[in-house]
Amino acid sequence: MSSPASLLQKPGSAEVDLTASPKKRGRELRFKGVLIVATVISMAVLAWLLIDILTDGASRVNGTLFTQYTSRFPEQTGVRAGLTGTLSLMTLTALIAFPLGVAAALYLEEFAAENWFSRLVEANINNLASVPSVVYGLLGFGIFVGLLGRERSLLIGAMTLSLLILPVIIVASRESLRAVPQEMRNGGLALGATPLQVAFTITLPAAIAGVMTGTILALSRAIGETAPILVAGAVFSRRADNVPWEFTDKYSALPIQIFDFVKRPQPEFQIEVAAAGIIVLMAVLLTMNSIAIYLRNKYSKGY
Amino acid sequence: MSSPTTDLQQNPLHSSRSRVGERIVYTLLQAAGAVSVLTTVGIVFILFSEAFTLFADVSIVNFLTDTAWRPFVSTDSDSFQIGIFALVQGTLMVTVIAMAIAIPLGLASAVYLADYAPQRVRKVVKPILEVLAGVPTVVLGYFALTAMTPLLQSILGQENVDFFNPMSAGIVMGIMIVPTVASLSEDAMSAVPDSLRAGAYGLGATKRQVVTQVVFPAALSGIVAAIILGVGRAVGETMIVAIAGGNLPIDLAGTADQVVNPDIINPLQQVQTMTAYIVQAVQGEAPRGSVTYESIFAVGAMLFLMTFSLNIAAQRFVRRFREAY
Repeated sequence: MSSPASLLQKPGSAEVDLTASPKKRGRELRFKGVLIVATVISMAVLAWLLIDILTDGASRVNGTLFTQYTSRFPEQTGVRAGLTGTLSLMTLTALIAFPLGVAAALYLEEFAAENWFSRLVEANINNLASVPSVVYGLLGFGIFVGLLGRERSLLIGAMTLSLLILPVIIVASRESLRAVPQEMRNGGLALGATPLQVAFTITLPAAIAGVMTGTILALSRAIGETAPILVAGAVFSRRADNVPWEFTDKYSALPIQIFDFVKRPQPEFQIEVAAAGIIVLMAVLLTMNSIAIYLRNKYSKGY
Repeated sequence: MSSPTTDLQQNPLHSSRSRVGERIVYTLLQAAGAVSVLTTVGIVFILFSEAFTLFADVSIVNFLTDTAWRPFVSTDSDSFQIGIFALVQGTLMVTVIAMAIAIPLGLASAVYLADYAPQRVRKVVKPILEVLAGVPTVVLGYFALTAMTPLLQSILGQENVDFFNPMSAGIVMGIMIVPTVASLSEDAMSAVPDSLRAGAYGLGATKRQVVTQVVFPAALSGIVAAIILGVGRAVGETMIVAIAGGNLPIDLAGTADQVVNPDIINPLQQVQTMTAYIVQAVQGEAPRGSVTYESIFAVGAMLFLMTFSLNIAAQRFVRRFREAY
């Protein structure tokens, strides 16, 4: 009989497992299973994408690919113009975006008073991050067609990309500036340094690893950006190298060449050469990201 | 080194005595902050000034109500139509497909990472999702065109699936947006205080019940913000649709000699999105002042308005979610 005594005889409540009912446990397991499957799907697609690109393009990654310009014949086509274009674009973009981004971050984090101007800049950075990259391209397009009479130039492309990654650099730099402890600034001020001297000789050097990492990650995002420079005047086929100091030249870039190859009707271009170009692009990306991670690990200091 | 007395007189901490050089540097820093504001001003100015020039030639009523997008036809011709609706339809179709993939996969990943995954699994999954988020979109476009479309064709039949179609572009775009939705919603779910979870467990709820009936509702505004930002990315995404989505906007105006593409809900037939039109039109040599040239900016202005309002909406939700705890 179910007297209070028999209930008392039961072991402690810890063993009363509510999931013990097979129906409930089944539901729990099924739910967890669905979550795991859903998580695996997107990773599986990524794996499929990487394998697909390697099998399509690996055989085409050879000397010709690096030494030749675009050609009508797939077997004589290379990404030399795109590679030099991308490297030049990135050099110029870094030269423009790094000082601007760091200066803006220093201003917002170290000097800005709580006034309408700093609030405007803050709100604006948030909004710029959501503007589609192709719209930045339209800004460049409007300038090179509207003001320069369709004179396509490397500099317009680099400026477009700089504006695009500026919010990313500012946000990353502010975060690492914020991580510098206040005591270090106070120490500098107590020694008689001006706030500007403190910012440039104490705070910024202490935060530089994070700033560099953020900048390199932003640049590696810019490398893959196709829409903004496509709209801002990059050309598909160029039969000359780009160098950063000749910034009024026409320019191509790796992702632009890939887009060109994918759009061609012959499968040798559309599949093989395009995939080979993608492998080169991804290799450049991977290199940049590895440098960023290396810098982060080597110079990251815990305060 | 100057003597102590002059040091006191020129106290560098006193702002009114800061040297000229410092003033200049300070102004330069402020100017750098202003660059981002000028970027927005420049974008808004260039988009809307050209768009309004267009509306001087073409009525804005036509722009909003025409049922076909034929900006390359001469404005004098009878078949000239400039209804942004045709491009918005393409964008909406791709966005709906992408979100149908990204919302369930992204939210499931977020729940798994926030409440189920052991630490070592999380350490593997999160970087992989970051890699996925970092794949250049031109690569995803290539993948949509050369891998996803053939797969759809082999499943649904070659004759039913166009070589360019919003379905394969939308699916790949959805996968691309999974990391955005997942990481932001995971942040929102992790921010739900453990006391809420403990309370529910104390009442005898199972883990599934805690996650779906306590954590999920508590994090809802953050989750909604994540989804809205995902929609914003889908609307503005360019290369995937430019490569794999097609360049034939739907066309409901029957009067024309043009190719008419009246199928408004078939995701297997090619469309054209707003972003794909921009990419197509800038490659032509439309002269400045022509309707085609101005239409590029009008489409850009529309795109800007859409993503801008989505971002404002998302920020509203994030703020509300932050206030909760």
